[in-house]
Amino acid sequence: MKKLLSLSIITLIIVAAASCGGSSDSEKTTEATTESTASTDSGNPSYDPHRGEGKFTSVDLSPTLDVAKAELGNQVSQVKCSSCHKLTDEKLVGPGWAGVTTRRKPEWIMNFITNTDVMIDKDPEVQAQLELCLVRMPNQNLSDEDARNLLEFMRQNDGVK
Amino acid sequence: MKINSKYVQGMAALALLASMNACKPKDAGSVVSGDAAAKVYVAPGKYDEYYNFVSGGFSGQLSVYGLPSGRLLRVIPVFSVDPEKGWGYSEETKPMLNTSHGNVPWDDLHHVSMSQTNGEIDGRWVFANGNNTPRVARIDLKTFRTAEILELPNSGGNHSSPFITENSEYIVAGTRFSIPPDDKNGDVPINTYKENFKGTISFISVDKTSGNMDVAFQLQGPGVNFDLSHAGKGKSNGWFFFSTYNTEQANTLLEVNASKRDKDFIMAVNWKMAEKLIKEGKGRKQAVKYASNRFDESTHTATSTIKNQVTVLDIRDFPGLVYMIPCPKSPHGCDVDPTGEYIVGSGKLAALIPVFSFDKIQKAIADKAFDGEYDGIPVIKYEAALYGEVKKPGLGPLHTEFDDKGNAYTSMFVSSEVVKWNVKDLKVLDRVPTYYSVGHLMIPGGDSKKPTGKYLVAYNKITKDRYLPTGPELSQSAQLYDISGDKMQLLLDFPTIGEPHYAQGVAADVIKNNSTKFFKIEENKHPYVAKGEKEAKVWREGNKVHINMTLMRSHLTPDNIEGVRVGDEVYFHTTNLEQDWDVPHGFAVKGALNAELLVMPGETTTLKWIPLKAGMYPMYCTDFCSALHQEMSGYVRVSPAGSNVPISFSTGTNTPKPDNAAVQGAAAKK
Repeated sequence: MKKLLSLSIITLIIVAAASCGGSSDSEKTTEATTESTASTDSGNPSYDPHRGEGKFTSVDLSPTLDVAKAELGNQVSQVKCSSCHKLTDEKLVGPGWAGVTTRRKPEWIMNFITNTDVMIDKDPEVQAQLELCLVRMPNQNLSDEDARNLLEFMRQNDGVK
Repeated sequence: MKINSKYVQGMAALALLASMNACKPKDAGSVVSGDAAAKVYVAPGKYDEYYNFVSGGFSGQLSVYGLPSGRLLRVIPVFSVDPEKGWGYSEETKPMLNTSHGNVPWDDLHHVSMSQTNGEIDGRWVFANGNNTPRVARIDLKTFRTAEILELPNSGGNHSSPFITENSEYIVAGTRFSIPPDDKNGDVPINTYKENFKGTISFISVDKTSGNMDVAFQLQGPGVNFDLSHAGKGKSNGWFFFSTYNTEQANTLLEVNASKRDKDFIMAVNWKMAEKLIKEGKGRKQAVKYASNRFDESTHTATSTIKNQVTVLDIRDFPGLVYMIPCPKSPHGCDVDPTGEYIVGSGKLAALIPVFSFDKIQKAIADKAFDGEYDGIPVIKYEAALYGEVKKPGLGPLHTEFDDKGNAYTSMFVSSEVVKWNVKDLKVLDRVPTYYSVGHLMIPGGDSKKPTGKYLVAYNKITKDRYLPTGPELSQSAQLYDISGDKMQLLLDFPTIGEPHYAQGVAADVIKNNSTKFFKIEENKHPYVAKGEKEAKVWREGNKVHINMTLMRSHLTPDNIEGVRVGDEVYFHTTNLEQDWDVPHGFAVKGALNAELLVMPGETTTLKWIPLKAGMYPMYCTDFCSALHQEMSGYVRVSPAGSNVPISFSTGTNTPKPDNAAVQGAAAKK
């Protein structure tokens, strides 16, 4: 637990640092880059640790919650996610979801849950997580819509109204 | 016995040939040339160029190899139970092996035909015959699983099957053993064969969209043995050709008594005419009983339906429907060249290969160039149908495949060789030895309108010294040849399962991109599916206990189950929640008189278990799924019959209670 906590802190710092540097969303194209070869080199310049890698470059978030989307996300999570993730900060198979939307950018979350294998191979944070959990997060073949709804459900879980 | 005697003949002939002809290679070393290894090498991680679907013979299954590597990619259970995959053991697949005789857990799978569109292999389905309890199966090439099995009435052994028309309108099933029809009393003296036994050919329709099969109609003819067949194509589309033997109508010691006549027949059937007659309402409705078993992919469940009627056309009642063409000495293979003009009959006891001409057959019919009748069926004069004979091809011709350059390749069982000859001038061009006693041959597309010309595979009956000894029995051996040049070149030996008979091959591109990677959990309509752990539950209905269980890396939900009693019928309905390629979970429980389940991602599969003793029963995932696979397990507590332990179930919450650990049924529900 201690380890997990410290990891979260590090993550927060990184996220904070990145936001100081400004968003690079505008430079990105919407083209998916899932074909690129995996690299475990954390210094890989082509990998953006804030956005992750995948088809999502920018996600427009409203300050308020889309309740309908969140409910759909809840349903998806029951079928495809909740076997392994609790809604608290408690680790089950994978880490609990509490606070994930403050730790990670929305693009990163949506890329990770749809382009899982590539990001497990490339993202240094995820690799550190894998050393703790030892189970590679499976690709649950979420549609883009599923992924967006899940994000909204995670936001609801983190207290967005 | 027959194989044994052939084998002895084969060995004798081989010895004779070897002694007569010093040029014949004495060992494999002298026939495999330097670049053979490079030609079959498929680098790690690379794909083969062709899929090869090979009958598993008496294993009852269908094997899938990659060519040119000869790597075994998959064994698809078809007619035989397969505990590894739960095939025939899970509640969902048990109905697939149902027949009018009850559950038949094995068969003898001989021949395979791939579905065709415009005479070319379209990669949708593979059909296969069950020779013993007459059946035809359809394997879906999206899932590589058996989707349907249809039993055949009025049939004594389905050998002449499942050959297909050029747009997959029909597949045929000609009986090897004639028998009294199903609605007649079969309790008759065996030596009344000539009066009581009939030979039946079934035409099985294939639905264009679903692939579903039905017995469209049957032709009833004289009691003979139907051996093999092929549909006409191109100009001869609309006709079907069947080889026959035992036209002597012997019922004992066939080895001698069915080999007396100088010629048996190739039977030519005008199936377009038969189709028209059926549309006109002709034919007799006959009461029969046969099973039609279909697997529904949305419920992941098979249903078996017993059907009760079939329409039968008696061949003698419809002049013009069927003609007999004399063919020397118990013809076996009956193969039609890519143009549809030439029909090759391989008389397995003949020292020549007759090639018939479709045009000449049509002319002979128009001119009534007949040589009497056989059981009321006109017999066309041999010379009137014959295009020519391949002289001295070898000993024991069995099967012929074709390439894209106008050549034919015939297997020679007795002299253990493949003989290449030109279809037009009938001249022998090349011959290569096989090891040993070759049966069927396969060129990808080699019986279609569009054969390829790169590889040929020989499927041999005898292996002998080709592999390291493994006791009295060895795997049957297949051999791959490069046929792209003038001379055939042996490239590779590879072992097979069961005994390979016919096979089909197609370019990988036709199939590989359509392959299902997982079943969408949202589309799962199994009545006992648990879409997520919240839907996992256990409940009792009388003496039945249903468990809707989920499987996910790396735990079972529920994994603690109490309240099951001795003698209960317990149904584990397991749903694999994974949604990724190649992540099946297995499931097994101690003491089950059954097998494991192998549950594909998104699928629900059920294991039935009747515990016979009170006690503690571990259950676990059998397919290594993750680093925590060894943790993917649980317990079922079984109490004596009549016990009042209530049903309870949980995952992760049933922990010791220090103050009251002994209370029964303390497990908290989720």
